[in-house]
Amino acid sequence: MSVVFAGVCSHAPGITGRADRADPAVRDAFYAKLDEMRQRLEASRPDALIVVAAEHFANFFMNNMPAYCMGMAESYEGPIEDEKWLGIERTRVPGNAGLSRRIIEAMLHDIDLAYAEEWKFDHGIMVPLHFLTPRYDLPVIPVNINCQGPPLTPLARAYEFGRALRRACDAQPERIAIVGTGGISHWPATPNSGVINEEWDREFLRRFLANDREALISYTDAETFRDAGQGGFEIRTFIAIAGATEGKTGELLFYAPIPIFAVGCTVATMAV
Amino acid sequence: MSLYYVQKLLYQLNRDPAVRRRFQEDRDDLLSEYQLTDEERDAIVEGNIGLLYVMGVNGQILMHYSALLGQKWEEYLEAMREGVRKYGPVRAGLYTLLEDREQTWRPDLHGNR
Repeated sequence: MSVVFAGVCSHAPGITGRADRADPAVRDAFYAKLDEMRQRLEASRPDALIVVAAEHFANFFMNNMPAYCMGMAESYEGPIEDEKWLGIERTRVPGNAGLSRRIIEAMLHDIDLAYAEEWKFDHGIMVPLHFLTPRYDLPVIPVNINCQGPPLTPLARAYEFGRALRRACDAQPERIAIVGTGGISHWPATPNSGVINEEWDREFLRRFLANDREALISYTDAETFRDAGQGGFEIRTFIAIAGATEGKTGELLFYAPIPIFAVGCTVATMAV
Repeated sequence: MSLYYVQKLLYQLNRDPAVRRRFQEDRDDLLSEYQLTDEERDAIVEGNIGLLYVMGVNGQILMHYSALLGQKWEEYLEAMREGVRKYGPVRAGLYTLLEDREQTWRPDLHGNR
């Protein structure tokens, strides 16, 4: 079949872990749009969901850091964080090892992709799943793009990764959904936590929704760090989704800075 | 400076209950497996979040150690700021380039917005 759904959303741990601290009106509007994304995802009747994430030292460390890695397990466990801290109970999420393997084999023609048969989900995947597959009944295939420990993959390569992912998915019989998850500007877990550069975020989203490849990959990491913080490096996940939906544009369902969540909270879908 | 090993220990502490158990029950033995300076070792043992931040520990690793120590979110943020006031600018890693952004928002220690 093909890719039947594509979108992006935020994953900050505060979204669930500090839910009671946000302005209820803005929080509930955000949650409602995440739920609309869930409904659209379900309406696409996917057999599997690929989550392109930017994990935060849950599985990958600087002793052996892949630029790109895809899970190839029958199931995954998460969250790795304290359940009360994150506000999400630990659970087992089904995978699809056979589909993972076929996608990885296809992608290796284009991208030197690492694989992992063992993977514990952190908030970077669990927060999106909490809203998008709340019953944890849809097989998930995790992808990690290293956005934490430089040197990082160049943005042009992240776009290429998305293209390669699309080619690989299109060659499979399953109906596949793809969700990218990352922050835009944010300074998570630093003294600047809570700062959000809304102007920068909106310009990035404009480029993303227009799927303007040249504009998307024109940021340098130094500029991103200056204007969008180290959390801004996670734009790689959005850019991968743009690559997977090349030639198509997106629809912004929600964007609002929510400082206690430490990120400009975003929900968007891309045409496939 | 062996920021790599400081972060490696905290990374393993965050993700592995067996390492957490050894950290509680047989700390010296556990720490002997990492190449740490005395200052680094003391900062870890004392739970000195401010100094660990100044040493350059990534916040995505450090915030979980803070949570393990029982700090609230605002206490964690304040500990990092206090670390910079006490020990000076961040010495290594990504945050050496971090500028103190103008805070349009900052919760107080009681969590009021």
